[in-house]
Amino acid sequence: MNGEIAAILTMDGIASGAIYVLIGLGLVLIFAVTRVIFVPFGDIAAFTALTLASLEMGGLPGTVGLVAVLAVLAAAMEGAALVRARALNQLPRAFVFYLVLPLVPAAAVWLAAGTTLSMPLRIGLSLALVLPIAPLLDRVVFRPIADASVLLLLTVAVALHFALSGLGLMFFGPEGVRTKPLSDVVFDIAGLIVNAQTLLIVAASIVFSGLLFLFFEFTIQGKALRATAVNRTGARLVGIRPATTGTIAYLLASLLAGISGVLIAPVTTIFYDSGFLIGLKAFVGAIIGAMASYPVTALGAVLVGLLESFSSFWSSAYKEVVVFGLLIPVLLWRSLSMASTDEEEAEE
Amino acid sequence: MTAFQLRLAGAGTILLLALAPALLSPFSITLLNYIGIYAMAVLGLVLLAGIGGMLSFGQAAFVGIAAYATAWLTVREGYSPWLGLVLGLALTGLVAAILGAVTLRLGGHFLSLSTIAWGLAIYFLFGNLPTLGQFNGISDIPPISIGGYALASSESIYYLIWSFLIVALLLAANLLDSREGRAIRALRGGRIMAESLGIDPFRIKLATFVIAALLSALSGWLYAHMSRFVSPAPFDVNVGILYLLMAMVGGMAHLSGAVVGAAIVTLLKNSIQDYLPVIAPGASGQLEVVVFSVLFILLLQRARAGLVPFALRYLPRLQPSAPLAAGSLDRRHQPERGQTILTVAGATRRFGGLVAVNDVSFELGAGEILGLIGPNGAGKTTMFNLITGALPPHQGRISFLGKDITRRAQRQIARAGIARTFQHVKLRKTMSLLDTVLLGTYGRTSSGFFAGTLRLDRAEEARARAEAIWQLQRVGLADRAFELAGNLPLGNQRLLEIARALAADPALLVLDEPAAGLRPPEKAELARLLEALRAEGLTILLVEHDMDFVMGLVDRTVVMDFGSKLCEGTPAVVRSDPRVQEAYLGGVA
Amino acid sequence: MALLSIDGLTVAYDKVEAVRGVSLAIQPGQIVTVIGPNGAGKTTLLNAAIGLLRWRGRMSFDGVDLRRLDVEARIERGFCLVPETRELFGELSVADNLLLGGYSRRRDTAGLKQTLADVYQRFPRLAERRAQRASTLSGGERQMLALGRALMSKPRLLLLDEPSLGLAPLIIREVFRIIASLRELGVSILLVEQNARAALQTADFGYVLETGEIVHSGAAADLMHDPKVAASYLGGH
Repeated sequence: MNGEIAAILTMDGIASGAIYVLIGLGLVLIFAVTRVIFVPFGDIAAFTALTLASLEMGGLPGTVGLVAVLAVLAAAMEGAALVRARALNQLPRAFVFYLVLPLVPAAAVWLAAGTTLSMPLRIGLSLALVLPIAPLLDRVVFRPIADASVLLLLTVAVALHFALSGLGLMFFGPEGVRTKPLSDVVFDIAGLIVNAQTLLIVAASIVFSGLLFLFFEFTIQGKALRATAVNRTGARLVGIRPATTGTIAYLLASLLAGISGVLIAPVTTIFYDSGFLIGLKAFVGAIIGAMASYPVTALGAVLVGLLESFSSFWSSAYKEVVVFGLLIPVLLWRSLSMASTDEEEAEE
Repeated sequence: MTAFQLRLAGAGTILLLALAPALLSPFSITLLNYIGIYAMAVLGLVLLAGIGGMLSFGQAAFVGIAAYATAWLTVREGYSPWLGLVLGLALTGLVAAILGAVTLRLGGHFLSLSTIAWGLAIYFLFGNLPTLGQFNGISDIPPISIGGYALASSESIYYLIWSFLIVALLLAANLLDSREGRAIRALRGGRIMAESLGIDPFRIKLATFVIAALLSALSGWLYAHMSRFVSPAPFDVNVGILYLLMAMVGGMAHLSGAVVGAAIVTLLKNSIQDYLPVIAPGASGQLEVVVFSVLFILLLQRARAGLVPFALRYLPRLQPSAPLAAGSLDRRHQPERGQTILTVAGATRRFGGLVAVNDVSFELGAGEILGLIGPNGAGKTTMFNLITGALPPHQGRISFLGKDITRRAQRQIARAGIARTFQHVKLRKTMSLLDTVLLGTYGRTSSGFFAGTLRLDRAEEARARAEAIWQLQRVGLADRAFELAGNLPLGNQRLLEIARALAADPALLVLDEPAAGLRPPEKAELARLLEALRAEGLTILLVEHDMDFVMGLVDRTVVMDFGSKLCEGTPAVVRSDPRVQEAYLGGVA
Repeated sequence: MALLSIDGLTVAYDKVEAVRGVSLAIQPGQIVTVIGPNGAGKTTLLNAAIGLLRWRGRMSFDGVDLRRLDVEARIERGFCLVPETRELFGELSVADNLLLGGYSRRRDTAGLKQTLADVYQRFPRLAERRAQRASTLSGGERQMLALGRALMSKPRLLLLDEPSLGLAPLIIREVFRIIASLRELGVSILLVEQNARAALQTADFGYVLETGEIVHSGAAADLMHDPKVAASYLGGH
């Protein structure tokens, strides 16, 4: 291994690390606010990539059907709940949010399918289409069991992952896809070849992390999210509805997932089940950040990217073993250093 | 339904199972083989997760380790499948012991996440080690032979699979009904409850983890020699969650749930494979996974307890057999009345800037009842935790029966002879009263996992049972010995907790707000019990708020306020002390 | 019309009826206290009133049946609780905690700013520590932060759960002085307390709660010297 190879590996590592940062931030965001370890997060990123590729090839992505079905389900469930609570005046708003808004991008994609679209339009439509999926899943799958234990929520999340990856196979088939790069430009920096795609990934990662930071520090809704994460009861007692902050968290996280999907699509071949592994690796970064600290999560994610890059150089077959094996000591370290509840939740 | 009728039903089921190959088609027998193999692994999961409370997504990896071990040994090295069994069990057990030692100290969702991690790591190892054939796997695995006869057909291995499964179920049932089995069942009550009974939660968790792994290993061995081919695919996290689904469908807290769940899910899978092509042609393979996952999510949302508990409600209850006459467990000699048994000297405990207990000293003499009282926030609970070892003091000494227990762990203090109850009763709602009190004898008995599983512990069990019945008689609950603890009203639950504490044969009984939430007649009954215990020479320390209850019962009181000891003396003296009145009614605003 | 009206309230959980058949009323502008020994059910009473627990009976706030409002809706209507455990946002700053107290009025940015200034004036110690994390405050300061946060929503009725809990005698004095001064804001208060003397000195009217039931009630000044109150706390009925 000489300096040049090390440099290339480092760049690769930082590029994948940057993707893991976005996904890791999304995972921490959702967990902190809703206590759900959102395992299907990677699948949503993969769906974005697959949807983008599908639009590129002029097809109709199956994601449209998924969004439509989820929208109808969520609207029906919300409608039923409002009727039972005799809050009929809130029905129109609920329908707009759960039914109309998600169906708009779905309809747009359906109409636009088959036609040639410009790249920005393709990206925009893919993002808009994928954005509602996580909040809709929250409404349909997690909200009915919002007060369940973290463990049960985790089990549901794992089951949900399998449902989504099964749908992925149905919608997109077993072949992998790789979209056109956002930019073909290549730079030569101090003898190193750096392509613009990589720079774009890192830049996007930094920009969105920064935006997230600004949101949390300077807007009241951002602070409300942090408050819900820190103390759910306290949040309710000042009028913050957990369901509202949950939905906002899922929306923001969806955006992060979508962007990662768009960024990773030209760089790696994405299959219907790539999402799980990507999500899991980002998750290692999230655990390093103790599922609570965003800066440490970002650092951890970059570390994972570098570790993966270097260990794949030495033995590409065992890189997964290394990364997942790493999760155990990290979990151990984290659960020891986190203010451990002396008393485990005694169950019923 | 009596035990005899139950055995008759069991024998009938076994007979039906034995006749199955003659009555059913070969395809059905193959299905039954898969059900049996899955049920074996799911049985381990029921023990681990359903009863022990450790949710694992990685059991499929253990199945794989044994399957690959036997495949490698028989195909690559040419040894007999029975040696493959030995290797499979040994290797899986070893890996489980190591993984367990490292990860079982993790709590809750961290533990489960770690199971995903190693489950994936091991799966990728299967797919990448060259000797294991990588993603092509190992084929041409020889069948198992018994005395020269090869179990090559599905009918022949059917008998092996189901005999193993039935034996495993019986042994597991034996285990759960024994001393260590009760300790496993106590795990879900939390670490503090377990330690207060003298149980080492980590050791029990590790043992359960290894047992579950061994059951998975057995499943893997049978699988390898039945399908005669192994590849990484059947040992993925995907399959791990299928096992979880089977356990939940059947009923996670019941051993029979493993078989019921495995059967239902396998049959469902099979019929989905048959019917989906009709409903959605072209998409069936992938849709199966989706349908299953959605069903699983619905199950988790609506019907977490599974099928077996639901069915049990409609089946006749099992009449328990009367316990046989037996000797009793050794008891301690209670110390001479009046002798000091507990000394607290200058105990201090801080939480950040707050001094919760400030230089408190008092003594407790044998055969007396001492009440620790004071307004809310006075530090009584912290003092209580210092004595029982839930927290260490920052300064001061606590000694019990002449030995220093200042920095001792809860478990050791429990074994030294201090038994406690809890402000919010810590009982397992699904354990019978008898089993609950038997749990209290844990520190006085010694039968281990082997003895329990193989029923070698009957003599000790009989003595422990006699002890437990006696304690239930003392608190007046003996006639309800076989009812479930969760069905009792709160007053009786508190009495039950006291009976469990008494079953440990303590020299000191420490009660945390025993009268809280009780109605007046229940309080009277409790007071009578405590007076009777005192008459028998037991020493009692209680923390209480209810002044009427305390004053009529105790010999002396210690009053705390703002972390310090305010005064000490008989109830009459203390009640008329103006400082005490001010402490309770509050200072001037 | 009473601002808060509770009739036959029963709250049961964990097999115990912690509160049984409690009836009380608070008129606008009143400070009412519910006193009683520990374990009487005082916290259960308040938690049920704010909607955190299931309850049976009838409760209405300002004429609205409380069955139709969830916790957050109560806050929006000016009905707030400062719980026994304070439930502060430990990792957020004092300023952020206060700001979030005004979440229900977040669209009224100007009004919120003014209220924040008022709160800082009433609690100068909070003003000094506005950038500090809430978890670093002392017990008394936390109590003040909890009060200040509740005031940010401009409540009409404030439920206070054991404000003296865990506080040194001098701080208790200060806290009760502040509570009494809230009257001038037009806030009605239901004060639940173990410290009977401090509570009765501050309140207009009092109820005595013992094992879930109201056993005495009367003008606070009368209850102050009533020997039956002492008996509730020290036994000896």
